[in-house]
Amino acid sequence: MLPDKAVEISGLSYIYPDGQCGLKDIDLTIFCRESVALIGPNGAGKSTLLLHLNGILRGNSAIRVQGLPVEDKNIREIRKKVGMVFQDPEDQLFSLNVFEDVAFGPVNMGFPEEEVDRRVKQALQKVGMRGYEKRSSHHLSIGEKKRIAIATVLSLDPEILALDEPTSSLDPRGKWALTELLRSLPVTKIIATHDLDLVGCLCERIVILDEGKIVADGKAEQILGDKELLKMHGLARDTAAVGI
Amino acid sequence: MKHSFIDEYSGLDSFVHRLDPRTKLLCSLAFILAVVLTPAGTWKVYVVYLLIMMGLIWLSHLPLKYVLKRSLVIFPFVIMIAIFMPFFKQGQVAASYDIGAWHIAITYEGLAVLVNVVVKSWLCILCLIVLSSSTKFEELLHGMYRLRVPQVFVQITSFMYRYMFVLADQAMRMQMARDSRNYGLNRSNIFKTMGNMIGMLFIRSYERAERIYAAMLSRGYNGEIIVVNQLRFRLPDAYFALTLSLLLVCPAILWW
Repeated sequence: MLPDKAVEISGLSYIYPDGQCGLKDIDLTIFCRESVALIGPNGAGKSTLLLHLNGILRGNSAIRVQGLPVEDKNIREIRKKVGMVFQDPEDQLFSLNVFEDVAFGPVNMGFPEEEVDRRVKQALQKVGMRGYEKRSSHHLSIGEKKRIAIATVLSLDPEILALDEPTSSLDPRGKWALTELLRSLPVTKIIATHDLDLVGCLCERIVILDEGKIVADGKAEQILGDKELLKMHGLARDTAAVGI
Repeated sequence: MKHSFIDEYSGLDSFVHRLDPRTKLLCSLAFILAVVLTPAGTWKVYVVYLLIMMGLIWLSHLPLKYVLKRSLVIFPFVIMIAIFMPFFKQGQVAASYDIGAWHIAITYEGLAVLVNVVVKSWLCILCLIVLSSSTKFEELLHGMYRLRVPQVFVQITSFMYRYMFVLADQAMRMQMARDSRNYGLNRSNIFKTMGNMIGMLFIRSYERAERIYAAMLSRGYNGEIIVVNQLRFRLPDAYFALTLSLLLVCPAILWW
């Protein structure tokens, strides 16, 4: 039986406001409970693609999230389904304390107070950050900030997690702890990254994006094993290029 | 990087700290109004106000030295505004000078106005320091929100408080990067570099604002920040407000 489609993108193109081409003709289908890595060099359009998933950016095409087209009338439902974790937690944690940040989504969805409370507790529990409710975000370490940032979307019980560079600027311990945390969450994951360690242990499928186009899409082992392909898109050490 | 807080002593536990922020906001407003409305020269009343403030500082366990030190900030501003008072106010001349063609006279009435302005603003800043040091900034904002202060104002203040330190960090890193490249050896381009840095900081803040907005939209933001109400008026709030109002009204009855 074919699993349900979590995200369906067909013929998506996007041009930045300054005229630069962002995405070209993207066709991509992601199935439920899949962990997909979106890899590619800097400026390949990974973040731009992610921002389309919950309608922050609107390209030209039909994107469907669990069958719902990304349109104004569905936007509330879609933003509840797609939990977007931004690269810089400093951008995601804009409230004065952790509780308010994690509660922001549920409160906007209009849940009653006790439900908000319950969701905040649960989300913080999942990322191992109980007891941080009253702390102010600015004074947390980067690893803690990343966890709280993930909690801020988990409080909405999303079915799809879209993560932008979740392991950037983490030390190895923080990186592996975060990887384990992500692995423990039973949802569809779309991860934009160039951290191949993370990809190797978390994702079963890899999509390579370069210059706004999908240049490869396949099983993780297969793509990670294809050194030539990785080299070509600047994802592995190219010994010829550095002249060794 | 480590920064000092605006609300440095707000984590203490005292009677004043435990009051509802709304009580504290309204009482501060009442105190400041009373100070401002007191006629000039009623020194006895000022002493009463000062005693009230001292009592509050004692009640809130704030270090007196810290409060007094913080209160010094106000003087440059006040002096800048009020320093010319003694020269322009008509009245009995205290001293006069002739500088070239100018005749300058300082009057007792003018000096009185200067002292009044300084004392009044000092009392007000004492009150604000006690308010901000006995209340966590976010509670203060909650209080403002519940008191129906316009949302835009509360939100701007909240973002300011949240990102002030992020911005300061950024500026400091830029400064370090600049200094690491032998900045200052060539005097001629100091202003150009400074201009560039300020511009850069502005652009970065602008872009950050866009990302924050995207993060807010992603979690269902629709133009209104809704705050979960965690504030409760309790009996001590009533006692405190009543006592303070009585203290503020007393001098008016006794000495007016």
